[in-house]
Amino acid sequence: MNRTDKVSMNQTLTIVRGLKSLPRERAPKSLLPAVLRRVGLADTYWRLETSIGPVFVAHSRAGISMVTRARSGSEFARLFEKRFGRSIAADAGRPPRNVRAVAEGRLRGRDAGLRFDLRGLSEFEQAVLGKALEIPPGEVRPYSWIAREIGHPDAVRATGSALAKNPVPLLIPCHRVVRSDGHIGNYSMGGSRNKRVLLESEGAQPEMLERLAASGVRYFGNEKGRYFCFPTCGGIDSLMKENRVHFGSQQEALAAGYQPCGDCRPAAVAA
Amino acid sequence: MPQMDLVNGLADDLDGTFERLVRIFQDRLYSFAHRLCGSREDAEEVAQDSFVRAYRALKTYPAERIRALALQAWLYRITLNVARNRMRRKRVSQVSIENGGAAGEAARRAWDSPDDPSSRPDSRLEQSQQRANIASLVATLPERYRSAIILRYVEGLSLEEVADILKQPLGTAKSNVHRAVNLLRRAITDSRRVHGRAEVRA
Repeated sequence: MNRTDKVSMNQTLTIVRGLKSLPRERAPKSLLPAVLRRVGLADTYWRLETSIGPVFVAHSRAGISMVTRARSGSEFARLFEKRFGRSIAADAGRPPRNVRAVAEGRLRGRDAGLRFDLRGLSEFEQAVLGKALEIPPGEVRPYSWIAREIGHPDAVRATGSALAKNPVPLLIPCHRVVRSDGHIGNYSMGGSRNKRVLLESEGAQPEMLERLAASGVRYFGNEKGRYFCFPTCGGIDSLMKENRVHFGSQQEALAAGYQPCGDCRPAAVAA
Repeated sequence: MPQMDLVNGLADDLDGTFERLVRIFQDRLYSFAHRLCGSREDAEEVAQDSFVRAYRALKTYPAERIRALALQAWLYRITLNVARNRMRRKRVSQVSIENGGAAGEAARRAWDSPDDPSSRPDSRLEQSQQRANIASLVATLPERYRSAIILRYVEGLSLEEVADILKQPLGTAKSNVHRAVNLLRRAITDSRRVHGRAEVRA
């Protein structure tokens, strides 16, 4: 290699090295929201009037991503941006009929075909919320029921945490999940007081449940049908009072020869 | 393939996955657009238009076609096309390297930190100065060479990807990259000679 070649090779190396050292620039913050808005994927929100006051519902084409109480739309927008790091605008239209029906406890989210945007939640958390979605209005289930139904019977505490983190309360009805000892339990949108208001508005009679639990009753049995249910199971309405027996535990009911109800599934069905 | 997951997501649930695509590629496409077009304003609009175009295209593609996409190269190609259209519309004229001016100044400085470990720039300021010089020199190259060299060295893509993006045979892409480096080298040497004479005269 002669000298000129060597010099030019060194120069080439310097240029390539210089090019490689050019830093990647950061896209401006405005880029992502602008793109999402232009393709119609940006989030917007509705305002809903509910029995616990005004509630705001953020949604995009991917689904409903956040529900919370706020005093105003702008307060909600601030909360949303803080949590997701993207902007949100008020939806020009009215909340659709199915969203209202679910929020008012007239319809299950699953039956209303609502889509939820639960990106960012773990598989376990999504399973917990998916299960809560199956509880019909007017009924309640204990935390341990969700844990067992999703195949993690020992993860009762984790189930409680997942429900506490529910980004879309009301529409995914975590208020229908209560403690096995009959206590109403906590609620993200205004504590147990609001949880009680919601359950009452759906016809679940939380006070009656607490009285039953305090007296040691956890299940109702149907003497004729020889099956047992959670006290709020929809099928229990048709139960004649004289046919009803009380149980304090699954074991007691099973020992008495009662089978778990197929609708509310108060116990694992033997394989 | 690291983007398999993303491509499958786009094929199965475009609306639910598209934001992730933007987050992953926004810095790359914006950076690329900025080096192509020169101004931040243009770069942001080019990057925005590119993602919108990508979304609209994906919307019409059957799932199998999305699954088969070489996503990264495809996105760079869209950005390149959007940027080309924009530059054509604006009739951005190239600053001739021989003219000196800001580019000539930059060229001279690019060599003033020679490739010698003992005199390698040690202050951050000098390093960023050198980077700025190289960047402004690249901006003076004809588009054909500029896009090739940015993709290859600044964006760090393989020659195969560069060829794919430019829709050129591998050999052509390779020689365009090579030619770009040579043009930069000549620009720097020329400006240095001019600069040297000027100094003698002073």
